Amino acid sequence: MSEIGQAAGRGRRVFLLDLALENRAILISGAVLLTIVCISAFAGLLTTADPFQIRPRLRLRPPGPDFWFGTDALGRDVFALVLHGGKLSLLVGFLAAVCGAVIGTALGLVTGYFRWLDTVMMRVMDGIMAIPGILFAVALVSLVGPSLWSIVAAITFSEIPRVTRLVRSVVLSVRDEPYVRAAEGIGLPSALVLVRHILPSCIAPLIVQTTYMFAAAILAEAVLGFLGVGFPPDIPSWGNVLAEGRAVFQRAPWTIIAPGLFLALTVMAVNILGDGLRDRLDPRLSRATKVSA
Amino acid sequence: MTPQDTPKAPPVDAPILDIKGLTIALPGGLDRRHAVEDLSFRVHRRQIVCLVGESGSGKSVTASAVMSLLPKGTLKIVGGTITLDGESLIGASPERLCALRGNRMAMVFQEPLTALNPVMRVGDQIAEVLRIHRPQMTAGEIADRVRELMADVHLPNPEAMRHVYPHQISGGQRQRVMIAMALALEPSLIIADEPTTALDVTTQAQILRLFRELLSKHDSGILLITHDFGVVADVADHVVVMRHGRAVESGKPQAVLTAPSHPYTRLLIDAVPRFHFRPPETVGPEVALEVTNLRLTYRSSSFLGRRRETVALDDVSFFLAKGETLGIVGESGSGKSSLAKTLLRFERPDSGEIRIGGTNIASLGGGELRRFRRTIQMIFQDPYASLNPRRKVGQSLLEGPIQHGVSRADALARVERLMEMVGLNREALSRFPHEFSGGQRQRICIARALAMEPDIIVADEPVSALDVSVQAQVLKLFEDLRREIGFSMVFVTHDLRIASNVCDRVAVMRRGQIVEIGRTEQIFRTPQHPYTQALIAAVPGQSVHADLLSA
Repeated sequence: MSEIGQAAGRGRRVFLLDLALENRAILISGAVLLTIVCISAFAGLLTTADPFQIRPRLRLRPPGPDFWFGTDALGRDVFALVLHGGKLSLLVGFLAAVCGAVIGTALGLVTGYFRWLDTVMMRVMDGIMAIPGILFAVALVSLVGPSLWSIVAAITFSEIPRVTRLVRSVVLSVRDEPYVRAAEGIGLPSALVLVRHILPSCIAPLIVQTTYMFAAAILAEAVLGFLGVGFPPDIPSWGNVLAEGRAVFQRAPWTIIAPGLFLALTVMAVNILGDGLRDRLDPRLSRATKVSA
Repeated sequence: MTPQDTPKAPPVDAPILDIKGLTIALPGGLDRRHAVEDLSFRVHRRQIVCLVGESGSGKSVTASAVMSLLPKGTLKIVGGTITLDGESLIGASPERLCALRGNRMAMVFQEPLTALNPVMRVGDQIAEVLRIHRPQMTAGEIADRVRELMADVHLPNPEAMRHVYPHQISGGQRQRVMIAMALALEPSLIIADEPTTALDVTTQAQILRLFRELLSKHDSGILLITHDFGVVADVADHVVVMRHGRAVESGKPQAVLTAPSHPYTRLLIDAVPRFHFRPPETVGPEVALEVTNLRLTYRSSSFLGRRRETVALDDVSFFLAKGETLGIVGESGSGKSSLAKTLLRFERPDSGEIRIGGTNIASLGGGELRRFRRTIQMIFQDPYASLNPRRKVGQSLLEGPIQHGVSRADALARVERLMEMVGLNREALSRFPHEFSGGQRQRICIARALAMEPDIIVADEPVSALDVSVQAQVLKLFEDLRREIGFSMVFVTHDLRIASNVCDRVAVMRRGQIVEIGRTEQIFRTPQHPYTQALIAAVPGQSVHADLLSA
């Protein structure tokens, strides 16, 4: 046992690293993403400027040695705003992606496995998908008031049907495999059949879907902030900074370019990461067919 | 082809296909370096050449090489020549190969359902071949030719059948459509890769007869790839036996079958199942399983409320005595697999009873049903799909007993003992399923079923996915285990020869009903129902083993 067990264990531990080294897209996008996360997480160490400090005399200063990304209409340091704002944007993205994945997976598993639930649940999901996500998020946040969890909930809600559908389709294809039948045949309760024998098949497509959700959630948060229904203006997030900059965009384009650049870079990195993971984990979905020479 | 190349054969009799010293390299890192090594044989006009071998012997790779359909990059021809009607196929331009395919050589695939386009009428599919390769033919001429071809392959009512879709006709008819497509351009060579493996025995016999008959009408040669020596005995003019990419023996089928010179051929022929009636087990009056008036209907209703009903089990009744093996035989669609699934309660019957030890499990549900599942266990057809690929063998085997309250240590001891009984060592428990061969996996599945200590085992075609030599071993394992442990068994199979080897009694199923049930020997020697008689007459290989049933 020991030798093979060890080999398998070793294989699993270096799995992600292997993946990264094998595929350049995963390597580069992963590195970019990691950098952005680190910059935001350690914003306090990278800049001593207080993002909340208002300096009326220094408003709309162009980028320079004092303020790397200039200052905004209230004289706040844009560099500090973007760095500290990243924390919130990334947190919202991460939470929404994880919540969406967990809830969507749970719903997808039971919907796919229990036939009597299928028709009802899928019609409900169709209903949710028919509501434009942003519209629903705006409505919910204006109703409940902006807070971290209300914004996460608003973004998560419209992502759930996609995950549910994805997981359901995997469950449907695996449900009738003989090994699942065999597990039922030894008298395993449905919950165990689902978790032990069906869930593992969903993991690869789920990882990919989660990265897309992460990107979509960051964007959605920015859109909410931009529309003025996101976090209160005194809490920096990329969306908020963009919204504030909109008014003075023509005079001070840096107020929009800096947070926009970070936002675009993050979303792109996450999407490329998702593409790379998809190619690697689920070759059937890959558009590029690789011909090995 | 110049006379010097074939000094003995006159030009008229020149071979259609001449393969000399063909060697195809495998990518590095596999168990052997060549998929095919130094293979030579010829196919002449009006001749059926059979390429026989087990899976991995290189027979299908050879067929792909002739059609120049080898996957680019992974398999490469590194030596030898393939000559079709005097023209070398190796190094021919892609355009030339396209012209040759269909015109001069055509292929018939194993699975006619996937080889036909599901959204195209069958007549149009045959016509398409003509339209591509004979652009000068008018629509009327093409239609006439399609009708003629469909009549040639004995499709009933060609005029009407031109307009149906592949899913609307039976497997045998689909295979006839495939053959009609292959014949459309009167190719010199037809390559048929396991053309009857996916078909029922009675259909298989008809298709093989069709191949023979077509040779008398068309001037083609046929290269038939098969794993079944029964097929060889019935149709071959010449046979080439392959093993690990090499031809180990070739010659006239009579000679090869009756006096094989290579031990491997001997082994393969011996492994072909034959009718053999073992003395029926003396069983007591105790009944392990009793089924009465079981009915099962598959219903599918679309969103708009259109309903389709298929009766899978129609008033099925039988009993299984303790320690007995009951065979369920029949063709595909006869309901034998549905019966197996219903016995395990993977399907809920509409009505009827399934009694095991006084309990009617047909109406059980929830936790009661889960507890009862221990008493009846299934062994599935496909050993590759019936073990969870992500779980170690040991995890799969221990899961059941532990679920039913056996302590981990006891379960482990039981499972280790079972692994030895099925001929594997206990180290196998810590490995993953993909590290095992098909036969080994089926042994693991048997051990998994037995780990539950069931009273009844339901085996659904447990050996039909295995090579013949492995089949024989697994069947012997069933025998040994049954004698040692003493379970009762329902054995579902389409192969009457296998049924005769393992079953005390057999039930013949047709369209969801049991048409005949009784002692195996009695049913097979003196079948009463015409359907049973037809099934027995269609068993392949009877031309060689004429004494099959009388012995």
